[in-house]
Amino acid sequence: MRFSIFNLALNALSGHRHWGRNWRDASPKDGYDIVIVGGGGHGLAAAYYLARVHGITNVAVLERGWIGGGNAGRNTTIIRSNYGLPGNEPFYEWSMKLWEGLEQELNYNVMVSQRGILNLYHSDGQRDAYVRRGNAMIMHGAGAELLDQDAVRRMAPFLNFDSARFPIQGGLLHRRGGTARHDAVVWGYARAASALGVDIIQNCEVTGFLRDASGAVTGVETSRGAIRAEKVGMSVAGHTSVVGAMAGLRLPIESHVLQAFVTEGLKPVIPGVITFGAGHFYISQSDKGGLVFGGDIDGYNTYAQRGNMPVVEDVCEGGMAIMPMIGRARVLRSWGGIVDMSMDGSPIIDRTDVPGLYLNGGWCYGGFKATPAAGWCFAHLLATDSAHETASAYRLDRFEQGWLIDEKGVGAQPNLH
Amino acid sequence: MRIPCPYCGERDAQEFVYRGDASPRRPDDDAEFHAYVYLRDNPAGPMREHWYHAQGCRNWIELIRDTRTHRIDGAVLAKGAGQ
Repeated sequence: MRFSIFNLALNALSGHRHWGRNWRDASPKDGYDIVIVGGGGHGLAAAYYLARVHGITNVAVLERGWIGGGNAGRNTTIIRSNYGLPGNEPFYEWSMKLWEGLEQELNYNVMVSQRGILNLYHSDGQRDAYVRRGNAMIMHGAGAELLDQDAVRRMAPFLNFDSARFPIQGGLLHRRGGTARHDAVVWGYARAASALGVDIIQNCEVTGFLRDASGAVTGVETSRGAIRAEKVGMSVAGHTSVVGAMAGLRLPIESHVLQAFVTEGLKPVIPGVITFGAGHFYISQSDKGGLVFGGDIDGYNTYAQRGNMPVVEDVCEGGMAIMPMIGRARVLRSWGGIVDMSMDGSPIIDRTDVPGLYLNGGWCYGGFKATPAAGWCFAHLLATDSAHETASAYRLDRFEQGWLIDEKGVGAQPNLH
Repeated sequence: MRIPCPYCGERDAQEFVYRGDASPRRPDDDAEFHAYVYLRDNPAGPMREHWYHAQGCRNWIELIRDTRTHRIDGAVLAKGAGQ
């Protein structure tokens, strides 16, 4: 079934009670050409592009819980292409281009809203760093504008411009950045992949790998039985180390928790996404009116999907420092998601040392914006055994070879990225 | 989280700086440096880890903490703990 204005009108006549299911809730077959472990945005996108771009439809996506129940439902929905390093920016720009056409591609309203991202700067040094980053963005076609204080004042007059400690001097504006609807992204990819023949198998936890005599992976053991596969792709975010260990992998990754917060619904007050340059705080307003915001990761290894109070306090202080007007908004909910922090703060899309096993991981706290391109590039790797041109820097051996992509320049200290 | 500092007693985690897994040991052989610097077990369960009591006694502490529940099962001064 295709969504269209005609279908919408037709279903309105019967009170929207007769829409069909969006995808088949499949049961596992004995074997597939490719099995993807992890039914989040990345895994589903990879399955969709395997079917649509590479014509490989004998594919299963295995999800331990339910579609949309993991980090796909725990992010702050920001999409952007504003990285500074050559290994990163072409990839994120490719992701942004895919976002821009995603609704037509999937025939699904993923609510991509290019409302702009404004990174504030508070010192001359920070302005110079943003000029450099903006130029890198412009060179890769992402576009960037450096705003002075007057221009920022016109956009967001409520900001605390004259703070004695961190006066706002201006900002770097990335107009094509914005937000998307996180649930709709996974639902849209699941629906489109399922329509092309991909099996989406929920409540199916991987408990081990099938190996042949040479050690190559030939499938997975799951809570719903063994499933053979020519190739297995791991796309399990915060549990990358745990699943990897089942195949004997030891990875350059630590699992950390990132908290996020949403307030009660308010009338529109925040234009686009705004980030604090002197602390770590970012905020946008959802279409329902809630202010969605977050900041630093908690900073210690954890698999618990909840954080601690010091970071809650730090995030709220960051918000109060740049926009005191939000001080009386009540926080309705906060939650935590487990992120796979890599040792240089950049992701990995590569083969592993185990034949037949492929890895998409190390996305740190930035996996959501990468969803379309991560899926595209992981599908490319799984189908062709070669890296896509925009993801060729995301090698697993870069830590050994010294080709790190350390956007923040803090070294092998995952909790500082 | 509250961390039982062996020197100061139980204090809020905010007073401490986290350094990570306490098990890697600096190798003598250059070939093992990649694993020492970059590779981690990253266990889901009990983990020995280093915390620095920056806003207290400034001791390095070795803590045993469950990464699934944040439950802490003991803390000793890191000095000498590796021997």
